[in-house]
Parts: sequence; structure tokens; C-alpha cells
Amino acid sequence: MYIIVVGGGEVGYYLSKALLDEGHEILVLEKDPDRNEFICDELGSVCVRGDGCEATTLAEVGTGRADMFIAVTGDDEDNLVACQVAKYKFNVPRTIARITNPKNEAIFKKLGIDVTVSSTNIILEYIEQEVPTHPLTHLLTIRDKGLEIVEIKIPPDSTTVGKPLKELSLPPESVLSLLIRKEQKPHVPTANTILQAGDQIIAVTTPESEEALRAALRGD
Amino acid sequence: MKVVIMGCGRTGARLAGLLDAEGHLVTILDIDTYSFRRLVPDFGGTALLGNGIKEESLKKAGIEEADAFVAVTQGDNRNIMAAQIAKHIFNVPKVICRIYDPIRRELYNTLGIEAFSPTTIFAQMLKERLEK
Repeated sequence: MYIIVVGGGEVGYYLSKALLDEGHEILVLEKDPDRNEFICDELGSVCVRGDGCEATTLAEVGTGRADMFIAVTGDDEDNLVACQVAKYKFNVPRTIARITNPKNEAIFKKLGIDVTVSSTNIILEYIEQEVPTHPLTHLLTIRDKGLEIVEIKIPPDSTTVGKPLKELSLPPESVLSLLIRKEQKPHVPTANTILQAGDQIIAVTTPESEEALRAALRGD
Repeated sequence: MKVVIMGCGRTGARLAGLLDAEGHLVTILDIDTYSFRRLVPDFGGTALLGNGIKEESLKKAGIEEADAFVAVTQGDNRNIMAAQIAKHIFNVPKVICRIYDPIRRELYNTLGIEAFSPTTIFAQMLKERLEK
């Protein structure tokens, strides 16, 4: 595959290195001359000095035949415009933009960018998982369907401990998929499952009903 | 008319002054309060510290009730992004955007964003003057 990467910072450099190792044809666009030289020294002559938002530069590097276009500069607006120029002027089939402001995810989607990767959200999710008292952890987002997979821990002081699941008013959009309990094999909970302190529940839910799900399961 | 202007440079500040003098309701946004020194002393509109590519800042500036939005910061991409948010997220009826790069302006015009390139306009004007 021919892949164009805009931005030769740390993300752009390591991404290009990994994609080259997988055997793809890579071209990095980077404005800064020092950074440009560094990438060429390290990865071979795969880096061109130029602005990834400029149509003339993109034409020079053959964007018309690119299979994928990935913009990973540190500025959301630059990544947006680079991807839009690639998509609407050069018809690149797949555009991916890095975003730092998580709120831009919805905006970018509406403006035609195929995939967004929010570094801020990813870091937040990883830290959440490491905070043991955190009531709800995001494990995975299924973007196209507007669903997410979350983990909820039941603390010892929850009012729901000792109650069967059927007595809780769980939001209808949520499905409890797995119960992880100490010294037991993980299993699918049923309506008669009685909650215990320390239970971990993996559920499929929507972003809108995750709060209601957390409250129902923990009795908050 | 309620107008939100993003970018209080020379152009933004001047436009804000002109519209305000005619009785329009003007809110001007900039990421640096120092830029507001460019506004005329009797400017009666609102000068607001904020970033026009952030939804919250635009909401604070009253984008939801605005009749028009103008993006005139120094950065083409910032202007383009803000103009698209105003048009496609907040459905502002009139959106105008400055894009210095003529090729980029052409592309966004075809994508339905009303954009002007001072580069093209000024170069053309200079050429006409020289030919006189």
C-alpha cells in the first residue's frame, strides 16, 4: 500500500517506521528541515519537506495514487485540512486524522474524515483502568454502532450487594455480557445472579446510558 | 444582524467597528486579549477571549443565535475549521472565511464554504494598477 503520513514528529516517525517494517510504501511530509533530515537519516529517503495541506505539494508526491492518508501533526485544524484536501481533491479512499481535543471526534466525522484517533482519550482510558477505585472504565468503543464496552466494579458498600440482577432497573440499551468474580470462571450473568462485593461486570452500553447503568449496578 | 467574528487582527477589528457603527450586534473572539487594543475606543460590541475552533468558545460567543460568522485569523486552517463548524454544526446562515492560499480557497469554495483569498484579490488589483 502507498501511505502518506503528514507530520514527522514522534508519532509520525514511529508510525512510519512501523509501516515501513510491514513492507508498505511510505512518504512523510514534514515542514521542519531538521526533522526532515533526521527522518531521512533514520528511515532512508522517505521524507519530503513540505506542507501537507498544500495541494501542489500533495500533487508532487503523488497523492492521487495513495491508498491511505494519515495526518498526525500536533494541530487538529492542520490534520483536518490535510485530510480534506487529500479526500476531496485527490480522492484518497481512506483518511485518518489524529486529534488532541476529544470533542473534535464528532466534528471531524461530520466533515468527512474516515477515522479519528484521539490521543487524549486513549491516555485517559489507560489511566482510568489503572485507578482501582474508578467506578466505570471504558474498554472499547464500537464507533459505527454508537456502542461501547465498559467495566463496572461493585464495591463492598454498594446497596446492590446481595440483590439479584432482575431487581435492578438497568437501562434497556445495556447488555451485561460477563461477570468476573474471584475464584470463579468468568461467566454470563443471568436475571437471578446475585451481586457480590468485588464483582467486575463487563457490559455493552451506549455513551448516553452508561451513567444510568453505573448508578443501577452500584446503587449510587 | 448578530455577527460573530473570529480573530481580532487588523481586518477583524476593522470589520467589527464598521458593523457595530451600523447598529449590528457584534461579538469578536480572539485567543489573546492584547489583540482587542485594535478595536475602536467606542466599540459597543462584545470582545471575548476564546478559541473559535472550540465548540464551547463558539457557544459562549452566541453562535447558536448568530446570523453570520466570519473567520479572519492568521491561520488558513483555523479559519477553515471554524467556518465548517459554524456552517455544519451550528447551521449559521451566512459564513465567510479568509483563506490566503488560493488553491485551498478554490477547494473549499467547491465544498460550499464562501471564502476569499486576499492574495488573489490584492495581486489582481496591483496588476490592474500597474497596467493603467
